[in-house]
Amino acid sequence: MNVSFTMAGGLAERVDQIFVTLDHWAVAHTPGPLQWLVQILLIVVPILAVFPGLFALTTVLERKGLGRIQNRYGPNRVGPYGLLQPVADGLKALTKEDLVPRTADGVVHYLAPLVIVVTAFLVYAVLPVGRNMTAVHLNAGLLFFFAIGSATELAVFMAGWSSRNKYSLLGAMRAIAQMISYEVPLILSTIAVIMIAGTLAPEKIVLAQASYTGIFPHWYVFTPWGFAGFLLFMTAAAAETNRSPFDLPEGESEIIAGYIVEYSGFKFALFFLAEYLEIFAVSGLGITLFLGGWSAPLSFLAVIPSWIWFFAKLMVMICTFIWVRGTLPRLRMDQLMNFAWKFMLPMALVDMVCAGVWRFLPGGALWSVLRWVICTVIVVVPYVALARGLQMGKKVEQRVYRYAEEG
Amino acid sequence: MLGEGIVKGLFETARNFLGSYVDKDRLVTVQYPEERHPLPEAARNFPFLLYDGDDPEAGLRCVSCHICEKECPPRCIYIEKSTDKKPDFVGKPQFYPARFDIDVSVCMSCQICVEVCPFDAIRMDKEFELSTDDRFGGLMWTKKELSKPNEYYQKIHPVEAAETDARRAEDVEKAKAKAAAAAAAKAAEVAKAAEAARADDEGAGKEPSKG
Repeated sequence: MNVSFTMAGGLAERVDQIFVTLDHWAVAHTPGPLQWLVQILLIVVPILAVFPGLFALTTVLERKGLGRIQNRYGPNRVGPYGLLQPVADGLKALTKEDLVPRTADGVVHYLAPLVIVVTAFLVYAVLPVGRNMTAVHLNAGLLFFFAIGSATELAVFMAGWSSRNKYSLLGAMRAIAQMISYEVPLILSTIAVIMIAGTLAPEKIVLAQASYTGIFPHWYVFTPWGFAGFLLFMTAAAAETNRSPFDLPEGESEIIAGYIVEYSGFKFALFFLAEYLEIFAVSGLGITLFLGGWSAPLSFLAVIPSWIWFFAKLMVMICTFIWVRGTLPRLRMDQLMNFAWKFMLPMALVDMVCAGVWRFLPGGALWSVLRWVICTVIVVVPYVALARGLQMGKKVEQRVYRYAEEG
Repeated sequence: MLGEGIVKGLFETARNFLGSYVDKDRLVTVQYPEERHPLPEAARNFPFLLYDGDDPEAGLRCVSCHICEKECPPRCIYIEKSTDKKPDFVGKPQFYPARFDIDVSVCMSCQICVEVCPFDAIRMDKEFELSTDDRFGGLMWTKKELSKPNEYYQKIHPVEAAETDARRAEDVEKAKAKAAAAAAAKAAEVAKAAEAARADDEGAGKEPSKG
């Protein structure tokens, strides 16, 4: 390991690597012809177990968090503090009638939830959830992530089209328009990281951040370009995963539930699961790219196992998503598109320039301070200018209802 | 500047989130089966039949006049008149319902039956936890299930009940006065007749005093 990773003895290291060791041990103790199978199962089964478990926990956390934000209790009946609520929800989803509209395209209608769940699971292959804990070591892991992540759009359109319902189709069209628009700033904001780290492999990007100056880490979020990139990435990620305030594709008040109108029971639950899996995956990628992945936030905290740090960061991200959902109202379609193309895209490009400047300015004591100032200016000035420019010509005033308020 | 409002909003929701753990008064939810809000005086949902005294059969105020049955907009009341009579609260012989059913799955809680009843026999209840696993028989309430004592009415609607009771007490007084007057008139009649008879007896030997 080529990082300044301080270990408090061999025990911490052993706990940190416990899953890797167990995996190696299990593979070594199976007969030769079956080793490939065990190897695959030991990668796939934990992913299939841990992240849906996290999904169950998140549904109850979300309902309780939103409840508290709205000064309610949230679910508190099933089990202690309502923690068994997901079990009740799951049973309900399983026992509900599975409806398929008579005019629907049966095969596609059936496949859409499967495709979306499978693609949502596939992206976990390249996420480093701990030191040496990446399912598949790909040199172009980021590319794989975005390529597979875009396939969810296909599933969304399959769902919308095959249902033969105008709300489904409208919701799917919205979803496609939104996902394609926000994919651009999402990927552009990661390019800054790729430029600095010089690699497309997620585990190498984490290693590049897992070093410390004194006790402080070298996370990319603590640089001007990294901070801007992180905010851009998470905003685009929220839009990409149809997360509030960008949840137009399933706007209840306008198009009922968008592309999932004609789904009920367990298929609906699969869409729900896929949506949350995407949120976790994209949050995990945000952590990997900007928040130092599995590395500890302070050097002396590295005794705590790396996988605990990854999931702790993931929980923080999830809670932030819930917080934002409880705060912001849904955008309008034109606001959504304007925001993507007129604000996010230019800012992502500016961020790339900023990363380039950061990379090529010379080192040294004076320059490292100057570098900070210059890069901050490069990010903040366009931000203010763009925000002002977008506001120009728009008057924020109270709406007057000419006819409704007379008499 | 862009983002300022978002940060402000995030602080607001964070304050609500944390505040709900600190300050119980913020939480507006009532944990229903364990705690519940008191119902307002005027709350109502389904009708019930009133009876005086302890015996729901003898004290039932309903005289089976069918007015409520005819006025009921969704026609959820079904009455069968008795063949014999029983004395009502002032002692007057009246019919009584041999059968009085209300289908609460049909009732729309409009209170028209209460308003048209000239005998103060039907009133609205406040009871609302009426779920049953028998959706036909369980929701068809018979006379037995509908009959409730006047004390219960005084408890759930004290103001209305006081007014009704006062009116009925007045009626009883009136009836008593009427009965007393009738008795007095009768006594006077009897006395007069006796007087006349005596006068007749006395004047038997003389010429008749009256024609």
